[in-house]
This record gives sequence, structure tokens and C-alpha cells, in this order.
Amino acid sequence: MQARLRQLEAESIYIIREVAAQLGNPVMLYSIGKDSSVMLHLARKAFYPSTPPFPLLHVDTTWKFKAMIEFRDRVARETGMRLIVHTNRDGLSRRINPFVDGSSLYTDVMKTQALREALDLHKFDAAFGGARRDEESSRAKERVFSFRSRAHRWDPRNQRPELWRLYNGRIAEGESVRVFPLSDWTEVDVWQYIAAENIPVVPLYFAADRQVVMRGDKLIMVDDDRLPLAPGERPMTRKVRFRTLGCYPLTAALESDAADVDAIIRETAAARSSERQGRLIDHDEEGSMERKKREGYF
Amino acid sequence: MSVLARPDTGDLSGQAADRGMLRFITCGSVDDGKSTLIGRLLYDSKLIMDDQLARLETDSMRVGTTGGGIDFALLVDGLQAEREQGITIDVAYRFFATPRRKFVVADTPGHEQYTRNMATGASTAQLAVILVDARKGILTQTRRHATIVARFGIRHVVLAVNKMDLVSFDQTRYERIAEEFAAFANQLGIPHVQCIPVSALLGDNLVEPSANMSWYQGPTLLQHLETVEVAADDASDPFRFRVQWVNRPNQDFRGYSGTVLGGRVRPGEPVVVLPSMRESRVARIVTMDGDLSEAVRGDSVTLVLADELDLSAGDVIAAADRPAQVTDQFAAHLLWMTPDAMLPGRKYLLRVGGVTLPGEVTELKYKINVNTLEHTAGKTLELNELGFANLAVDHPITFDAYDENRDMGGFIVIDRFTNATVGAGMIAFGLRRATNLAWHALDVDKAARARSLGQKPCVLWFTGLSGSGKSTVANLVEKRLHALGHHTYLLDGDNVRHGLNKDLGFTQADRVENIRRIAEVAKLFVDAGLIVMAAFISPFRAERRMARALLEPGEFIEIFVDAPLAECERRDPKGLYQKARAGKILNFTGIDSPYEPPEAAEMLLDTATSAPEAAADRVVAMLRDAGYLDR
Repeated sequence: MQARLRQLEAESIYIIREVAAQLGNPVMLYSIGKDSSVMLHLARKAFYPSTPPFPLLHVDTTWKFKAMIEFRDRVARETGMRLIVHTNRDGLSRRINPFVDGSSLYTDVMKTQALREALDLHKFDAAFGGARRDEESSRAKERVFSFRSRAHRWDPRNQRPELWRLYNGRIAEGESVRVFPLSDWTEVDVWQYIAAENIPVVPLYFAADRQVVMRGDKLIMVDDDRLPLAPGERPMTRKVRFRTLGCYPLTAALESDAADVDAIIRETAAARSSERQGRLIDHDEEGSMERKKREGYF
Repeated sequence: MSVLARPDTGDLSGQAADRGMLRFITCGSVDDGKSTLIGRLLYDSKLIMDDQLARLETDSMRVGTTGGGIDFALLVDGLQAEREQGITIDVAYRFFATPRRKFVVADTPGHEQYTRNMATGASTAQLAVILVDARKGILTQTRRHATIVARFGIRHVVLAVNKMDLVSFDQTRYERIAEEFAAFANQLGIPHVQCIPVSALLGDNLVEPSANMSWYQGPTLLQHLETVEVAADDASDPFRFRVQWVNRPNQDFRGYSGTVLGGRVRPGEPVVVLPSMRESRVARIVTMDGDLSEAVRGDSVTLVLADELDLSAGDVIAAADRPAQVTDQFAAHLLWMTPDAMLPGRKYLLRVGGVTLPGEVTELKYKINVNTLEHTAGKTLELNELGFANLAVDHPITFDAYDENRDMGGFIVIDRFTNATVGAGMIAFGLRRATNLAWHALDVDKAARARSLGQKPCVLWFTGLSGSGKSTVANLVEKRLHALGHHTYLLDGDNVRHGLNKDLGFTQADRVENIRRIAEVAKLFVDAGLIVMAAFISPFRAERRMARALLEPGEFIEIFVDAPLAECERRDPKGLYQKARAGKILNFTGIDSPYEPPEAAEMLLDTATSAPEAAADRVVAMLRDAGYLDR
């Protein structure tokens, strides 16, 4: 493994262990994507031969790709870690639908609110997230140990100074920290590490013929029959893959021939567009990621 | 053998040289062009993606400060407030890689009020790029940042003299600034300084050599960053490993998970566990990829020792022949990062050596004037000030001097009440070398008890006529202190006369004995670390003086609860005045026995004109201001 990856690995393991050392009831957000896969792998390495001393939490919007859910259940079985799946019941009964209600309301109810609900329900005082600073400009500003108020709010103007590797995990009752062990990783680092460590990822990352429709300039995959088709609109078969994975209605595919990890690394290194370009919710409005994060989104 | 074993020359990406990562910061005064420099560096290195560039162009039109041209600062100023105000508030981390190196750059704010965020960036950096505006030269803020950079142990500094385009690429001006800075850096002891004249806006000398400054023969900024040799980890440093987590999956395995903070270790090597000083050997170096034959600085592994020692988180495993130091008192450099001044004697939490424990600054030796580097006297450290101080912690810690090992000598100061990080510290040397037994013999004394309670014990002696409101106010004060988490006790007639002093009557002698006993009890409670409220008429100055004399200076706070006799008689809460007037009680203060008002009470509460709640608030405020309360 390259020295740089070994250094990143060791630093992330240090961060993960620091949470176990400082906080009483942590949880690892597991979103099934490549970053979560790397983070989980690092957690298993951090505590080996013990099993990581915290459960996994998946906030299930019910709109994830089917292949993701299959992958999630397999991973939970194999790691022996407890998997908590949480869905916003209220949102479910209101039949919140990204196609009908819009991506903003949908994201708020089914992701942000659901996450806050789950954290409150289990009284978690720390939550690991796989976010990286290279993804988005407000994430570039966030601390590794990022303090959240009782209402799960992030105050970007008033973050605790974070000196050396002396992470400050002191919180009062009801407050929490979000912890980002992959803060200093880039997209290429993640793929190179996946290659070096042979980490399994959801097959959707690899190019294959898939059924898609064109929405604006975005290719949306027809993952199930809930995708409303416009009159005359017919799904077409394209060789596509996903650079990031989220809810299928909000995650655009890209045409690609990269069918294995090495090809993905080459494609990523040569890419002229940024990773989250395929994430529709990032572009709702100016500063939308920061706003969502302030409200408790990861 | 594991995939973590080294050396490893395999390289997937085909990158020519795997030099690891270089972490650097950009700093300097506001508007010297830090964010622009990073943005331009990314742009010229073709590291900005097409969608980001398209977005940057629209953003520049809308909120940019460059009159329609591309505002590169918008690439790093990612927060709404920053874009709106056109300033950098918090540190932003950006990543870029050239074929020669991967870079993590922290763009730090220039405003003095955000120095804490600059320090956050500096604490993990190996190199600092300090910018100055060629038109303005070296400013106070330039010096402040250079001082912090030096203090934090960054040994490589680039002085980027920016905005050369605005001074007609004037060589003389550049050289004057470079000379002035070199002299200051020399004073600070920064060993490696490279000065480069640049224009961040136009890109001169960032990636490509400037056509406008042919007189400059040195490297461009990127050339320097790609090639600079930051000191490699010295394998000859003594082995240090701090236990983060005790790894016990079952009865048969006891490992210690942590990170190698210095040197290297191999199975079989003798080690010493600190602070307990027990010796053992490393039996195994465990990872998920298999056992390792060696672990070096930076590796996160799990060590198994040959002997059954019961280590806990925070313990240090060190080279047996070169152990780290153990002490509970040390001298350190401090950077203060919160508007509430650092007060010696006030209880804070320190996160040091893998544990969080109570501690305090026992003495501020001096502050540092960042302009002249002179040492100035001072009692407190204000926001953004640097100083040198003696500190004491409640339990011994294991450390090395910060200059020898950043991970073993850095600490943060945490506010006990808000849990905010309020200070950054760098240990210079231990003040008292604790041996393995020293702290067992430590006396538990008044100071130790007070420290663990987080307060300065004292007696609030409420004196005044019957009915003046002493007990009422004292009660309110106790409630407020209790709500703030302080440890208190209220002594008044109700709980003393019925037990301890039930053999005493109301003769003059008995009244003196009554006060003597109360004062002795109060003294014991102060010794126990408590804040004691004593509410007694205590009419005679001599008795009060006797009580004061039992305590140390500053521990006896006399509070005169003052209300006119007529008012007290009107209130008459227990009907005592009525009985005294009727001759049923003798020697009643104010009626047939005198009251001697204090001549120099620490505090006077006029309860005739102010409500008891307001009076109680005043007492609490006074305690806080005088440093009795630690939170």
C-alpha cells in the first residue's frame, strides 16, 4: 500500500478509537456507499480482534436502490455488528415522495428528520459519518469532531478549535458529536484504498447495462415501478455506473465503461467534473449543503 | 506477513514518487490574499473541476469582489457568512495532488478575532505559507501568525510577498520585506525560511516562473512545495505508544490499541508502562492483517505485552531505556482562545496525554508581545494572547516536551461549564519529577480538596439585627450556588442551636462561646473545601474578629445585612421583638443589648431598599468576580 494511504488509514483508525475512548454511546452511520464501506472496514481494523463496540445505523428512506439494501443486509450479517434500520414513520404515513413533494421536503423529512429521530430514540452521543472534506465547500470547513446542540444543529460560525489530534469530545446531556474519520481522504484515495484492501462495494459503482431515463441533463435509473414516466417516455438501456449512491430518484448515473476498481480509479483521476455533481439535492439552491447540515443532515 | 508490513513500493496509480502528504497552511493578515492564492494554485494546476469552475464563474459575477473577474477566494470560502462578507472565518481544508506529492492545505483566517481557527490549522501543519501584501509590508498580524507558527513547532515557512503586480514588481520593495521578515524569523528560531515574490491574482511565481520578475531566481511556490524536505520521522526517537482503548474480546486476549507516537518497536523489546513504571516486553503487534514485525511512528496497532499488567486508556508504553516523564506540575506555552480571560487558580479541564482531567494555571510567568517578542508581566491571558505559565493537574500525566514530540507534549484547555476548547498548550518542562511512588504520598490537603470541588472555599459571614434578612439572603445565595454546581453549607441558628450549641444560653459569655464554636465548625468546612454561609446576629466586633482570625486571608467574607431597627421590628418574623419589648426575652440585640456594626465589612447589603433576591445576586456576582467560583 502507498505510504499516503497507510498514513490515512492509521489516522482514521486513531479517530475511530478516540470516539470509543471518549464517548459512551456511539453509532456508525452506514449509508451503504463506498465511503461507508471504507469507514466500516477501518472500524473493524481499529478494534480487531474485537468487534467494533458500537452498532451501525442505516436511515432507510425506502427509496434506496434495491441493490444497496441487499448489500447492506449482507454486510451486517458478515461483520456481526448490530444493524439498526430507521425509517421516519410519520413521513411514511404521509407518503412523502421525492417525485411529488420535491427533493427538499423529501430530504428534510426522510433523511434529516429521520436521522434526528433515530439519534434521539437511542440516545446516541456520537455518530460517525463518512463525509469527506473534498466533497463540498461547507464540508471542507467542518471539524473532525463536530459538535451538535441538543437540537442536532451545527453552528459553522462558532466551531470548537481543534488542535493537533486532541479531539474534544466533552458534551452535556443531550448534546452530541458527529465524527468524520474520512475528513482528509479524497475520492481517489477512497478508490485506491478499496483496491488495496479488496473491500466489497455495491455493484452499482461498476459500469453495466442499466435501464435509465433522461431527466434534464441527468440520467435516472429505473430501479422500480415507482418512477413516474412522462407520456411517451420509454426507459432506454445505457452502459452506466454511479459515482455516488443515494436515493435512486435523486442520484444521477453517468455513462461509463469502468467495470472494475482499477478502471474507476483511472476514470476518477481523469474526471473533469466533481463527485457530487450527480447529487441532485446539492444543487437545490446556493449554500444548500450548509443549510441542510446546520439542520442536522450529515 | 501483513499488507501493512513495510517497506512497500507497490504503486497502483503509477505516480512517480510517493512522498506521502505535505500538510501546509496559508496564513497572514486579512486581505493579503490567502484564499485567492489557494484558489489560483488549484486553478493553475488544473485541479478545479468543470462544474466547479462554471459555478465559480457565476458566483464571482454575483458576490465576487474582483469586479466581474474570477474571484478565486470563493473556492475556499465555503460558508454562507464568508461569501456574504467576503472574509474567511474558519479554516478550510483543500486537497490537491501533483505527480510529485499530495497536498492538504488549510486556508486559515486572517482576522485577529479568528486566531483560534488559524491555530487549528497550524497545529497539524508541517509548513506554513505566510502572505504579506507588498504594499503594506509586515503587519502585527503577520508577526502574530509567524509567532504562533514558530511556537507550534512548524520549521518550514514560506514568506509569499503578494500583490507584486500592484507595486510594479519592484525588486527593492520585495527585498526590504524579505529582509525584515528573515530577521524576525531568526528571532523566533524558525530554521527554514523561503521568500517568494508572487501575484496570487495573476498567478506570477505560483506554478510557472513570472515573466515580470526575471530578477527572482528562486523556485515558484508549487516547485518549493513539491520538493521541500520536511523533517522525516526520526526512527531513532524513543519509542512512545499511548493506549487509547483496552482490547479484550475474550478472556484469552488482552491487547492495548493505540498509535505509535514516537520511534519504533519490535516484538521482544523491553518497555516500561507509565505512569506506573512497571516493566514488560512487547509480545505481539496485532493488526487485522496479521501480526507485524515492527511498528513505527504513526502506525495504529494493538500491542500485547508479555506480562499481565492491567493498563488503562491514557497509559503510555515507552522504551524501557528512555522513558517519558511523569509529573503533575509543568511549565508550558499557552495560547488563549476565548473572550473570558484565563485566570490563574481557576479550575479548567485539560485534555493531555489521552485523558481529560482537572487542572489549573498556578502562575502566569509572562505574556509574549507578538510585535517585539518581549516578555511582559501579566496576571491573566486575554483572547488571542500567548504566554508562558506553570500549571498543575490533579493526577500525574506522562509527557515529553512539545518540542521533542508534539503528540506527547501538546494539550488543550477545556471550559468546565461550556465544554468549549479555550486554550492550546505546549509543555516545556516538568516542574516536579514524580517518581513512581511520589503521588501516593501526596497529602490530601485543603488545596487538593478545593481543587477537586472546583471552587475556592470561604465563609460568608452574614451579620445584622434579628429580622434584617440574614437567613433569607443566605438561603437564596446557597440555592444559587448549588444550582451552579458548587458545594456549600449553611450554618444558622436553626441547625446549630438545636444540636452542637444546645447547652448554651444567651448570656454574654454563652454568646461568645456560641460564635467561637460556629467559627471553628466553619473553619473545618472551609478545610473540607466548602463555601460556608454563616447567618448569625453576631453583634460584637470582637467575636467576628476572632472568627476572621481563625481563617486564612481571603477566606472570611463579612457581609453586613443592614436594615434599620424600626424596619426589623416592623417585620419581626418570629415575634421576638414583641417579646423583648414586653420584657419576656433579656439581652435582645437592639433592645437591651448593643449591636456593633462592622467597620470594614467586605460587603454591605441594604435590605430595607432592595429585595432579598437582588441582594443574593450581588453576593454571587461578588464571589464570581473575586474568583471564588470556578464556573
